[in-house]
Parts: sequence; structure tokens; C-alpha cells
Amino acid sequence: MKSRIPVVLLACGSFNPITNMHLRLFEVARDHLHQTGMYKVIGGIISPVNDNYRKKDLVAAHHRVAMARLALQTSDWIRVDPWESEQAQWMETVKVLRHHHSELLRSLPQTEGPDHGRAHSLAPTAVPELKLLCGADILKTFQTPNLWKEAHIQEIVEKFGMVCVSRTGHNPKEYISGSAILQRYQHNIHLVREPVQNELSSTYIRRALSQGQSVKYLLPDAVITYIKEHNLYTGDSSKDSTQRNETSW
Amino acid sequence: MENSEKTEVVLLACGSFNPITNMHLRLFELAKDYMNGTGKYRVIKGVISPVGDAYKKKGLISAHHRVIMAELATKNSEWVEVDTWESLQKDWVETLKVLRHYQEKLEASSCDHQQDSPRLERPGRKRKWAEQRQDFSQKELLEPKTKDVPKVKLLCGADLLESFGVPNLWKSEDITRIVGDYGLICITRAGNDAEKFIYESDTLWKHRNNIHLVNEWITNDISSTKIRRALRRGQSIRYLVPDLVREYIEKHDLYSPESEERNVGVVLAPLQKNTAEANS
Repeated sequence: MKSRIPVVLLACGSFNPITNMHLRLFEVARDHLHQTGMYKVIGGIISPVNDNYRKKDLVAAHHRVAMARLALQTSDWIRVDPWESEQAQWMETVKVLRHHHSELLRSLPQTEGPDHGRAHSLAPTAVPELKLLCGADILKTFQTPNLWKEAHIQEIVEKFGMVCVSRTGHNPKEYISGSAILQRYQHNIHLVREPVQNELSSTYIRRALSQGQSVKYLLPDAVITYIKEHNLYTGDSSKDSTQRNETSW
Repeated sequence: MENSEKTEVVLLACGSFNPITNMHLRLFELAKDYMNGTGKYRVIKGVISPVGDAYKKKGLISAHHRVIMAELATKNSEWVEVDTWESLQKDWVETLKVLRHYQEKLEASSCDHQQDSPRLERPGRKRKWAEQRQDFSQKELLEPKTKDVPKVKLLCGADLLESFGVPNLWKSEDITRIVGDYGLICITRAGNDAEKFIYESDTLWKHRNNIHLVNEWITNDISSTKIRRALRRGQSIRYLVPDLVREYIEKHDLYSPESEERNVGVVLAPLQKNTAEANS
């Protein structure tokens, strides 16, 4: 019986804040890969984006990392990695993938025997694959001019692979058939149906919080407590503990 | 408006809760924000009332488990709790009766409250004053001050509202009393469909001021049916139900192809009851 390919799922994004929907992506992706019979998911990584991405309303990376850590307290297979957020510059997704992939290879146990100490002594089926986990909406963003480099898109789908979880209002098959590169590597793009339709987004959470509305049961309680303690997402940036208070007259 | 002028409200949700999910819990949060946001109401409590086993719905597991799961789910809620009265009844109980039961419970404890709390500081005079107050409040029992007693309102999704149209599922007198005497708070994504449904019913239209439609802008489709299906297929339900509920389900292996076959071929209790009464 052929052994399953070990897989680690990497999710990049703002996580501003992390929500139950983000956490669901991992669960749904893992179930899907397991049920193909070909893979065994051995880990999950959440990599919050660098502050220099400069997306509107992005709170400081250290908060976003802390919130993800709190959200993952009860998970035994997913962790948050702050490496991307700690770099001096924003970096392309493919570079984050490359970094985590080499980290993954370095952390593998070395085999005993004549070749011991050298990574390529491992049997090919035991080498874990790192796949980019995302919503199907990301596939669509590949079409946005100048957002992604063509060479990077190719490297992502050719060298790593993607696991795309469906999202309301997006038809991933359409995005694939509309792109020559994606079509060529479609065997490496796993489309996952999420039967529980969920339009929950961080944007929705931020808006509800700024309007003083409850977000309980949409994200873990520990994250909600953190947000309240640090006055995040109040809609009034002068109260946000991200910035130093500046007198403004 | 001063807090003292607002109507205090208790939100009561009836249903199978088979199992309870994060979506059920969200209904309470959305309803509370909405009602408090009108400025006219103050939501003081949420109550989950799981239906009794005699309801005979397909796939309905024992009330004992459903109650425990609801209690686990509301363990760290400051304002939502579980009421077991309905689940403990031998026969199936109409929703109207559950509302009435809970409203009476509120009125009873409200009277006790008034008797127990004389508001006087000077210890010397306390007893005399308390005696006087006791006479006074016994008179009040005959003419209850309804403004001070919190009002129970039925919290539901649009599916319940639209189920009013299913033949023999509800008695029309019950619907009238539910919307007339108590009131409905209905969380819906398709506000237009719900409004249309109200418009097309004379009863609902008459009491439309007592029917609050709350729009849930984001689809959050965590139905119990999907949870049970995922469990049968060995799929994860993490982050769809509270962790304590998920652990309880796993520990007791509650949902299986067998449990889903319960009550197959059995007529749902309200349909049976209302058809029998219609034929008698």
C-alpha cells in the first residue's frame, strides 16, 4: 500500500482579526485531503501579513499574531508563525512558501545509514509538501493586473500546490479554466467544497465591533477578550493601543 | 429613553437543538443587539427551551443529551440559559404553552421580588413599613402591574415564521396569540421574503408591530442537519459548535446513521394532534 504524502497547510492573509471562518478553512481542507486517500495532513501554519502591506485598517502585527495564537490554543495541529510579519519588508507569498518549505525540510528527522545527515536520503514519499491554503477568492485575484507576478503564480501551483476552499459568489472552476497556467497545474489545485455556507469575514467583524455589536460565536472568546482589552477595532483609531496617543489640536 | 421606561424582554427560543450550534447562539446575540438598539427594549435574559422527545422528529436524539449540550454551550454566557420544563413533559407541548408557562414563571418571581424588598434604611421602622408594603402588594397581585414584569418574546429564524403556513402544523388560534400576546423576533437573511409572508397573512399583518424582523447580513448557515451529516461522514465540526458540545458529542458518540433513523415513519406530534382534533 502506497503511503500517504505528508502535507502542511500554510494560510497567508491579514487575519485582521482571525475568525472562526479562517479556522474552518483548515478543518475542511484537512478532511478533504484525507478523504482523497492520498494525503496525510501533519500540520497547519497561519502566517499573518507584514504591517508594510499597508492594507486599510490593518492593526499592528503583534496584535494579529497574539490573537491568532489565542485562537489556536485549543488546536493540536495548527500554529501561528510570526516570521513573515517580523520581516523588514512586505514579501510576496511565494517567498513565504519557500521559507516555510525549507524550514520544514530542515526539521525532518535525519535517517541513519550511509547517507545520514543529508536531506535527500529520505524516501521521496516521506518528503512533506507545503500547500497554500486559501479561499477560492484568491484564485480570482490571480487575474488582477500587477497583483501577482506570473512566475510566482506558476511556482505556487507547480512547486507547492494549492488547497482552495469554496466561498459564496465565487466559481473556482471558472477561474482555473480562464488561466492557462492554472489549467496546466489544475491537478495541484485542490478545490474543496465547504457545505456550511459562511460569509463571515474579518471586515464584517470589524464593522460590527465599531458599531458596538456582539461578535460572540463568530470568533473564539479568547480573541474577543483580547480585542476588548486592547481597544482594537473601535473605529476610533485614537483609542487603538496600536498607536501612541497623540494630542491633536 | 431612561432605562426605567424601557420594556424588559426575555427572548425564548424553542426548537430541537439537535445539536445546538454556533448559529443558534448567534440568534440571541443578533436579537439582543437589535432590540436594545431600538431604544424601547432592554433584553435581560435569553432562554433556550429544547423540545421534548414526544415531538417525534426524524433523527431527534434523547432530550437528556440535547439539554446537556445546550447547557454546555451556554456555560460561559452571561445572559443565555436553558429551561428544561418543556423537555421534561411526557407529551409534546405547543409553543404557545411554553411561552405562557415562562411568562407565568416571570410574573410569579416578580411578585415574590416585590414582597421581599422594602426600601427603607432605618432599621427601627423597617418592620412596620414592610408589613404595610405586604398588604399593599397583595392588592397589587389582583391588578398586576404588567409594565414591571418582563415580557417573553419568541425568538426564531425565518423558517419558523414560514412554517406558520404548513397545514396542521400550527393551530391558527395559537399563531394569533403568539404574535398578539407575546411577540416574535425573527432573524432572517431574506428580509423581503419574510415581509412578504407577513403581508400575505391577515393575522400576521394585524400584529406586524409585534413582529420584529432582524436582518442577518452574512450567511451563517450552520444548521444542525449539516452538523449531523458531517459527523456521519467523519468530518470535522470544529468551530461550528462550541468546543464543549463537540467534545460531548464525541465522548457519547451521539450521532450516527442509526440515530438519524429514529422516528422514521412516525408522524410529527403537532401534525398528529392537529389532524386528530380536526377530525374529531
